[in-house]
Amino acid sequence: MSVEQALPLLRVADLKCVFDVSRPLLNRILERQPRRWLKAVDGVSFTIDRGETFALVGESGCGKSTVARLVVGLYEPSAGSIAFDGQDVAKITSGTERQALRRRFQMIFQDPYASLNPRWRVERIVAEPIRVFGLMRDARKISERVAELLTQVGLSPADGSKYPHEFSGGQRQRICIARALANNPEFLVCDEPTSALDVSVQAQILNLMKDLQDALGLTYLFISHDLAVVRHMANRVGVMYLGRLVEIADSRTLFEDPLHPYTRMLLATIPDITMSGRRETTVTGEVPNPITPPSGCTFHPRCPLATERCRREAPELVPISANQLAACHAIGEGRSTQR
Amino acid sequence: MSQRPLAATGAHVHSSPAAEPPLLSVRKLRIEFPGRRGTLVAIDDVSFDVARGEILGMVGESGAGKSLTGAAIIGLLEPPGRIAGGEILLHGEPIHSLPPAAMREIRGRRIAMIFQDPLTSLNPLFTIGQQLTETILAHLDIGLQAARRRALDLLTEVGIPAPEQRIDHYPHQFSGGMRQRVVIALALCAAPELIIADEPTTALDVSVQAQIIALLRRLCREHRTAVILVTHDMGVIAETADRVAVMYAGRLAEIGPVREVVQHPRHPYTRGLMGSIPVLGADVHRLVQIDGAMPRLNAIPTGCAFHPRCKDAFERCRLERPDLMAAGPTRAACWLYPPSPNPEPTP
Ligand SMILES: Nc1ncnc2c1ncn2[C@@H]1O[C@H](COP(=O)(O)OP(=O)(O)O)[C@@H](O)[C@H]1O
Ligand SMILES: Nc1ncnc2c1ncn2[C@@H]1O[C@H](COP(=O)(O)OP(=O)(O)O)[C@@H](O)[C@H]1O
Ligand code: SF4
Ligand code: SF4
Ligand SMILES: [Mg+2]
Ligand SMILES: [Mg+2]
Repeated sequence: MSVEQALPLLRVADLKCVFDVSRPLLNRILERQPRRWLKAVDGVSFTIDRGETFALVGESGCGKSTVARLVVGLYEPSAGSIAFDGQDVAKITSGTERQALRRRFQMIFQDPYASLNPRWRVERIVAEPIRVFGLMRDARKISERVAELLTQVGLSPADGSKYPHEFSGGQRQRICIARALANNPEFLVCDEPTSALDVSVQAQILNLMKDLQDALGLTYLFISHDLAVVRHMANRVGVMYLGRLVEIADSRTLFEDPLHPYTRMLLATIPDITMSGRRETTVTGEVPNPITPPSGCTFHPRCPLATERCRREAPELVPISANQLAACHAIGEGRSTQR
Repeated sequence: MSQRPLAATGAHVHSSPAAEPPLLSVRKLRIEFPGRRGTLVAIDDVSFDVARGEILGMVGESGAGKSLTGAAIIGLLEPPGRIAGGEILLHGEPIHSLPPAAMREIRGRRIAMIFQDPLTSLNPLFTIGQQLTETILAHLDIGLQAARRRALDLLTEVGIPAPEQRIDHYPHQFSGGMRQRVVIALALCAAPELIIADEPTTALDVSVQAQIIALLRRLCREHRTAVILVTHDMGVIAETADRVAVMYAGRLAEIGPVREVVQHPRHPYTRGLMGSIPVLGADVHRLVQIDGAMPRLNAIPTGCAFHPRCKDAFERCRLERPDLMAAGPTRAACWLYPPSPNPEPTP
């Protein structure tokens, strides 16, 4: 058993996802345009241990949602592998095994309304995964389970007979969470679960997610563009830029001793709500077009430490210390000054 | 900035002749939506002032009434919404009941607007140079050459690289962040006294947001332009505003200097709001939680609108509606701060 404990629950290795964003064939011929590819995820590797919260953070378009969708099997990877609890997901061919694995992880999306069928009552929505996986057949048992789930997420069993539109945004996200928990999964992929909510409602949902994690021993892949939320939720954090991970560290190290220049820039954007005085890192530029990314280190046009080598050669994500990895030439060359 | 003459009516100018009226004064504003199932009161008894060159932050959850308040000030309230009570004074002159033509004179020239989506303010069919010069010519008494020069200066000021080339480009040729810079330039064209910026950075990436906020703050300081900065993001307010007004269910819950409201909020709602925001360095397992949700307009509770969610609520809160009352250096609409029995005469 101890060997199994040491295994990460999720291991993602050199994951890639390339989208064909070419114009339609006729346009390409008429306008003499080549095929165009967008590397949404370009060689991403990380592991998530049982019971921890691993966060992915980065500005919009850096590939966070694509990673989430790859992990839960909504997209096929172009390359790389995903292993859940030691099993390579791609190598599972038998339908029953795949089904058994599928039951163990679930996903929560940003827009709680779009992911709820408006014509179904809440009880049917929450019971759907139970029916799909055929875990319970007895109608009375199912409705007991639904009532239990609704209570668990802070709704009342009576809410089961209502429709999604009768609920506020925060309550709809609770319904999504109840549905995600229906089959007792171990692992939840949460893609910006509170980005569409007001801060006071966000606090309710984040508290609920922490309570559920404590009670059920859940493991989270938590995706957000909000660094303060990530700091609050995550044990470890991966920072993404243009489809690549540029730094991974435990949460405290990342926020107190960030190494990568992009991480430092991101941290400088956090509004100083405690009004304790500003950080001095300047924020410049915007994320470039991902179809034609810059050469070498894709952050070089915005990086204060960029050199000729950075323009030529893409840095690898390498361990810097026991709990910190970064992809930046300046660190190895000793040019990255401590803050 | 040139001094503008005040209307000599005197009727609305404040009683004390020595004190100059504030740049903007909103008094007991009430906005209603008449409907078949009765009238919804979206803004109820909202009063605040904005001084020259001041940045007033306006925060609150979605639906609190921030945008409606901004729209009412600049005369862009969409029917059936209507101002059903109170007044809006610019330098002491009422502007809430001006005929449309007179309001158009004020809009752009004296009060400008920046929206969340820069494309709302930009016409896709014209170059940004054409749009800037047109706005300048409409409001300032200068020639085409001078207008184009001013447009170039503004583009430089808002940080558009290579403005001589970019001035002839169309909006779609700019990134989201650059477009919002152009919109800021457009708002500054006629050197307005007040800019109403409604969620100007909400649609932008965090790194772009930081730059736009810094730009807005710097330009408004330099031009002595007052700003009403509407946002749901307390962090943006903390970094930018001089004072902050907190809205809840169409009413003002608290208003005061930003440092006080952010660090020592007096109103229970503001306290809950501040506690619910994750803060770096504060290692808390759970965030402060305000249970429930802001009420819908057709179900605003009696007395203090916050009372069903308030941990400090007592009998009076359910019965009587609190007005803004002095609560230390801020003013809070809350019965925890009742006026003292021997009130000092208000100046
Ligand atoms: N189905 C798709 N087809 C084409 N491009 C896509 C698709 N999904 C995402 N992309 C592109 O891939 C990049 C990464 O997107 P996404 O993973 O959604 O980023 P994030 O969640 O970090 O904002 C973006 O440039 C996006 O436009
Ligand atoms: N056309 C309308 N008809 C009815 N109610 C409206 C209309 N427009 C806005 N409201 C209501 O007015 C309230 C305040 O809206 P708004 O000022 O947009 O809020 P905020 O900007 O703070 O999110 C909301 O409850 C909203 O539902
Ligand atoms: S590799 Fe070079 S350009 Fe990239 S982050 Fe490091 S120093 Fe900057
Ligand atoms: S008036 Fe009463 S209910 Fe309202 S905020 Fe104050 S204490 Fe709470
Ligand atoms: Mg996303
Ligand atoms: Mg609004």
